[in-house]
Amino acid sequence: MDNEVAIIGIGLHPFGRTDGLSGQQQGAHAVREALKDAGIAWKDVGVAYGGSQDGGNADALSNQLGLTGIPFVNVANGCATGGSALASVIAAIQSGVAEIGVAVGFDKHPRGAFNPKPKDWGLEDWYGETGLMLTTQFFALKTQRYLHEHGIPEEALVQIAQRAFRNGALTPHAWRRKELSYEEIAESMPVNLPLRKFMFCNPAEGGAAVVLCSARHARKYTANPVIVKAAVMRTRHHGSFEVFNPGLAAQQSPAPTVMASRAAFELAGVGPKDIDVIQIQDTDSGSELIHMAENGFCEHGEQALLLKNGETDIGGRLPINTDGGCLANGEPVGASGLRQVIEICTQLRGQAGLRQVPGTPRLGYTHVYGAPGVSAVTILQAS
Amino acid sequence: MKLDSPLKLACPELLDLDGAEPALMGSRCRACGEVYFPASRGCTRCCATDMEVCSLGSHGHLWSWTLQGFQPKAPYNGGEAEADFRPYGVGYVEMPSGVKVEARLTVADPALLKIGMPMRLTLQAYRQVAGEEPVYTYAFAPV
Repeated sequence: MDNEVAIIGIGLHPFGRTDGLSGQQQGAHAVREALKDAGIAWKDVGVAYGGSQDGGNADALSNQLGLTGIPFVNVANGCATGGSALASVIAAIQSGVAEIGVAVGFDKHPRGAFNPKPKDWGLEDWYGETGLMLTTQFFALKTQRYLHEHGIPEEALVQIAQRAFRNGALTPHAWRRKELSYEEIAESMPVNLPLRKFMFCNPAEGGAAVVLCSARHARKYTANPVIVKAAVMRTRHHGSFEVFNPGLAAQQSPAPTVMASRAAFELAGVGPKDIDVIQIQDTDSGSELIHMAENGFCEHGEQALLLKNGETDIGGRLPINTDGGCLANGEPVGASGLRQVIEICTQLRGQAGLRQVPGTPRLGYTHVYGAPGVSAVTILQAS
Repeated sequence: MKLDSPLKLACPELLDLDGAEPALMGSRCRACGEVYFPASRGCTRCCATDMEVCSLGSHGHLWSWTLQGFQPKAPYNGGEAEADFRPYGVGYVEMPSGVKVEARLTVADPALLKIGMPMRLTLQAYRQVAGEEPVYTYAFAPV
């Protein structure tokens, strides 16, 4: 295809807690790193999209990067903010708005679980007041039902967290770099059964940015561009089991992840078996478990065996969350989706060090899912 | 369930307390028949806006469950001191229409909760603060 778009620069402000820096400063840091990686300057950028949930407006980054007059659009799509920003920059480049674009996400959340306001989500006060409006509760209720329907033992949830922290320990920029034993995870505080403390990621801080340009021109800037074969965002249909729902429809329908994944595979002209390295949303162990099947990488119920056999490890057939995912990096909502893209680019460039997937990975996959039922998927190819 | 003096409810619009036992109220789409809890002003299935109020009944089956293991931040207003917080059960209960209703559960013991078990609607004083009248919400109890 002659209209393809490539990633020519990646930049991260490490996730975790950085007391001295605002979310916007961490976002600006990530953009500068990405520009440096691409070998260009901010004045070369023709369009930018970005967002954060709690860190303020993305277009305010211009105050730090330079007031160059470009269209800089604020994106607010929850956990899919990074994915939406990326898809928007790609569309802008493909339509000829600019030759070079930047997608950026950043955030800085208060400590502890999120405490959303019911009215912001179209819900009545009683839902929050009576103690039902918690994301962790939703993930637990969805996981409990899923384990029941597909006969999956709870040990699968422990194995997912164990692998995340094992990979985090190999990742220099990860927040959680300590391996945890099976017992430490399985006996940790019951936050929302069947999910326990070390099966949940923490709201955190950080920034992530990528620089993109038309694939035709990519080699002007870098020897190893990564081609975006698909970048798709979808929202929920009636009947899917989503967060912040006091009632669920009688008939269930497929999750937005399923729709985004199918559309991305179709657009890229490849299938799940062609993917060499995978990032999937692991807000918690249960979500990752469900998302493995919703993204087409296994059948529902097959996860327990894959995990037991180490198939999702760095050396396995389906390496998932090689940098430790959200569990080891925490979740700055605005930045999380682009962290995934950056990790896949690093793997496809063969620059992932101790956590490098063996062989020569050619195709990578990223998936985010978030409130109130949005999902974004990318398929990336080494060039 | 005739009451001598009305209870203070967090969500009076969700409940019908005039019958022998409390019942949950929802709405039904007059165009396609889809049922909603809580009552909805529009149908997300067929996009129609002609809705009628309907009763969802008082009995159902446990569809999924969890325990809320930590004290939620505001807007939760259970009112207890952090040291007094006790985990509470939360579940989805499948009603006869097939709609699953999210609710607090009256039990918080994993040994007493099993997907598929019959449940009945009741009221629970989720906010009990000294010197104030308790505030009730709907909840489900094992039958």
